[in-house]
Amino acid sequence: MNLENDFFRIDTDSDGVALLTIDVKDNAVNVFTEDFLRVFEETLPKLIDDEAVNGVVIASAKPVFHVGADLDMAQNMASRPAQELYDDIMRINAMFRLMETGGKPFAAAVNGHALGGGFELALACHARVVADDSKLQLGLPEVKVGLMPGFGGTQRLARMVPLMEALPVMAQGVSLKPQKAKALGVVTDMVPAGSVVAAARKWILDNPKAAQPWDVKGFKAPAGKVHSPANVQLFAGAIGQGRKATYGNYPSPAAILEAVYHGLQMPIDQGLKVEARKFVSIAHSQVARSMIKTLFFGMNDANALKRRPAGPAKCDFKKIGLVGAGLMGAGIAYQAARAGIDVVLLDRDEQAAAKGKAYSERLLDKAFKRGKITEEKKAAHLGHIETTTDYDDLAGCEIVVEAVFESKEIKEKVLSAVEAAVAPDAIIASNTSTIPITELSAFLKDPSRFIGLHFFSPVEKMPLLEIISGEATSEATLAHAFDFCGAIKKTPIDVNDGRAFYTTRVISSYMAEGMALVRDGVSPALIENAGKTMGMPMGPLRLADMVNLDLAVKIADQARADLGDAFNEPLGIAAARRMVALERVGEKARAGFYDYGGPQPILWRGLNEEFPLADEQPGLGAIQKRLMTIQVVETMRCFEDGVLKTPEDADLGSILGWGFPPFTGGIASYVDQTGAAALLSDARSLAEAHGARFEPPANLIALADANGLLHAA
Amino acid sequence: MTDAYIYDAVRTPRGKGKAETGGLHSVSPVELAAGQLRALKERNDFGERKVDDVILGCVDPVMDQAGDIARSAALLADYGDEVPGVQINRFCASGLEAVSLAASRVKADDAQLIAAGGVEMMSRVGMGGSGAPQVTDPGIAAPHFLIPQGVSADLIATRNGYTRDEVDAYAVDSQKRAAKAWKEGRFSRSVTPVIDENGIIILDTDETVRPDADLQSLGGLNPSFQGMAMMAGFDAVAIQKYPEIETLTYVHHAGNSSQIVDGASAVLVGSRAAGADSGLKPRARILSMASIGSEPTIMLTGPAEACRRALTRVGMTFSDIDLWELNEAFAAVVLNFMDETGVRHEVMNVNGGAIAMGHPLGATGAMILGTLVDELERADKQTGVATLCAASGQAIAMVVERA
Repeated sequence: MNLENDFFRIDTDSDGVALLTIDVKDNAVNVFTEDFLRVFEETLPKLIDDEAVNGVVIASAKPVFHVGADLDMAQNMASRPAQELYDDIMRINAMFRLMETGGKPFAAAVNGHALGGGFELALACHARVVADDSKLQLGLPEVKVGLMPGFGGTQRLARMVPLMEALPVMAQGVSLKPQKAKALGVVTDMVPAGSVVAAARKWILDNPKAAQPWDVKGFKAPAGKVHSPANVQLFAGAIGQGRKATYGNYPSPAAILEAVYHGLQMPIDQGLKVEARKFVSIAHSQVARSMIKTLFFGMNDANALKRRPAGPAKCDFKKIGLVGAGLMGAGIAYQAARAGIDVVLLDRDEQAAAKGKAYSERLLDKAFKRGKITEEKKAAHLGHIETTTDYDDLAGCEIVVEAVFESKEIKEKVLSAVEAAVAPDAIIASNTSTIPITELSAFLKDPSRFIGLHFFSPVEKMPLLEIISGEATSEATLAHAFDFCGAIKKTPIDVNDGRAFYTTRVISSYMAEGMALVRDGVSPALIENAGKTMGMPMGPLRLADMVNLDLAVKIADQARADLGDAFNEPLGIAAARRMVALERVGEKARAGFYDYGGPQPILWRGLNEEFPLADEQPGLGAIQKRLMTIQVVETMRCFEDGVLKTPEDADLGSILGWGFPPFTGGIASYVDQTGAAALLSDARSLAEAHGARFEPPANLIALADANGLLHAA
Repeated sequence: MTDAYIYDAVRTPRGKGKAETGGLHSVSPVELAAGQLRALKERNDFGERKVDDVILGCVDPVMDQAGDIARSAALLADYGDEVPGVQINRFCASGLEAVSLAASRVKADDAQLIAAGGVEMMSRVGMGGSGAPQVTDPGIAAPHFLIPQGVSADLIATRNGYTRDEVDAYAVDSQKRAAKAWKEGRFSRSVTPVIDENGIIILDTDETVRPDADLQSLGGLNPSFQGMAMMAGFDAVAIQKYPEIETLTYVHHAGNSSQIVDGASAVLVGSRAAGADSGLKPRARILSMASIGSEPTIMLTGPAEACRRALTRVGMTFSDIDLWELNEAFAAVVLNFMDETGVRHEVMNVNGGAIAMGHPLGATGAMILGTLVDELERADKQTGVATLCAASGQAIAMVVERA
């Protein structure tokens, strides 16, 4: 058989080996779409029935082998009736089973990443010949967007390798490297990158009567029996650990575990049905829909700079300046140099500047020791960072970011010096997290070139960049800030100026509400568990300790000084003041709401004396309502004040900025899922019970009245 | 409605639940159960009357405990081809559940005389040996916060603030009481030695009683469930269900938890008429019983509610009861029950319990019922309750009075 279509071509050689080369048209990678699968399903029986074909090699014409189902398709699945979706999934399973049992050998020639459905396609082949490339990933990452494998992945992998190895791949999305996969027996053969097709072809000729191990009579999975004493412990422990990690908020890891647990106890065709049933329920889940929307589509749009103003021409960054070589400055320098941009790292004295560069050296040493980078790469990376104390060295920088101490006086001096040193079209940015951008821009002759770039610590790990436009910031400055964000591979959100901008403002409300609960005599353990079980990365008190309580007090004092009577001090700040007075300022002092003396931080036993417990304790749900509603109200105020521009940025900023529960898809999605009317009613009753901080802003009332959504439906 | 009476109760001595050293390990489970059925028949002349059924509790009915061990034991004990048998399972409540089912059938006139009890050879089939999907199947365990029992016991201790010394002190008392009871022959009416086919005694005393146990010796034991709880995340599961807790305290260990043993028991339950036909004199009347479900994560706190329900059914309260037998699954289970109900330690498990003598899962319920009836007679008291907690959040209670 020889043919060509929009998805693959088939060339059959004189030995009867059909080479099926996947090359999805108009796509940088190979993905499954509904059309691809339909054409594949039509072709496969003919290919197997063709007497001129003795076996099939599945290969790729692209750098990746295959990265699985197109997520548009996954998103469509959510709205399809269960029976219809189940039937479709079972047709795909039947197709893969036909490959396995059709009587002709199939080999996957895996030249690049094989992920999700792409890896499942390879698993349904009788052999996998994989390129010897340590960057190549084999894996089932569905769980990361709230989904699970649906093309037999849980059943085949669990029948190939011990559960201790299979479960992290499926339930945590940990990918396998070829070396490891070979050792586990998932990879049949590992060959140099250029010869995967030739090696796969040879395998076909050597194995004319291939069968999958699970189709051979007497098959025993390497996992052993599900009810063996060892596996009983393993499953019980995996369930416990799963809940420990997810608080039961993510349905897919448990569904995957269940598909494996039951599937392994039955013939594979029955196991595939168990997987398909679970898959349908997961694909229909709100969690999967929300996570795909924000963590895949939302993230992709942001990284593609979709919300960059279209007008101004693109700016390329070759040389940038950083003033202030502390933790943030050093981190930004590392990140920019990694992207191949020259960095001038400036501080008051050479020693301070050198210390900033040493930060990069430390990170690179660590990466080198782990074998992640070469000596040359390390040298090149460091070669991009030049340290100085002289502002004249900033000449020629396309952007200069100041990351000096949070003091208006110091920043004024620095910004004036920067403006004097750089070209008139260079952008000047501040990494402040507390001082309004418009105030800082007044220190410049040309405030239109000024913008806020709020990085998160540690810079090299935290993906978010909150871009803050001041009143005078020009469209070109904003567009170029987006370009800079793209150049250093961060995920941007675009907000307007306002006290504490967006992310800091909302997370502060969470911490303050936690402290207000303490003041109300609610059990601190209950408060912390309420925060954690609703999916926040930390309880509000632990987070407040990390930020440090004296900082919270200082910020409140500054706001009072700036705003006077207009400032409404959050109730919880009183608790922070009391803690500061007790010299328990937080983690840096090894004493705050928690004690940090032991192996684990534990809540300070003296809290119950300082803040006597109320006789009647609220339920977990009531506490969560306060901790959640305060964030919603504050977010809505950010929209109302014009700080937030789009629900997409609200979502991404909430998840990436302060760890708002990813399973919700972000805080704007949470508003839409919960319904503005329900949130409004919560806000009103909480305002009545606990004060004006819960008073709903006009836009929440309007949204509820209109029965509307933040995201376009 | 017909009244149901207890005519007799027997039990084996309890052998260590270890293959290497267990005194009963060399006996088959069917034979162990049959021995108790034979004892019932020998001690109580049924005459020509056959029992209507044999009901035995067994929690892990696999391998040599499989295949409806009650019917096998009835055949082996020569109860006659026409006597059927049924094996039941309500985890640790099984032995008393068997008696409860027998009583229900007598009360309903569906049967006149039934042998009920239980058997468990934990040295033969380990705990969970028949599978435990309630903790291994993610479809059940994950949504219901199910955790292993020992962690549940530590959760009770954590919630109630029991210190290690408090639970250990309870365990020391159990040992002392059991030792004293043995010394004074208080178990002699129930314990029937296990003998071989030649009449040679295999075991005639409980193997696990430690009269010299004290706070110091127990204090040296490591917590049994801490490592497992922390490694497998069961601590987090417990806390997510009980979020007022910051961290679990781990106070239970081998010395203050029920011991793993082999044993069997049997109780003869019947109507007054059936006893009169055979010239048997009833020892106690079964007033009421109740089996209940309770919150499954903490799992072991159900007995108070089971007792409340059984007592209410006959217009009684906790203070109307002279003697209590609550299975000592873990020390915290008994302490929690006493805290919750106001039942005093002086009338609770007066002859010790499973912490000293062991807990052969399916057999224990009928064993403690026999202990209760023996003690009511010895101490010349009138009313008593036997109660047990059971896995997955269940409990059973039975109220009796001397006939």
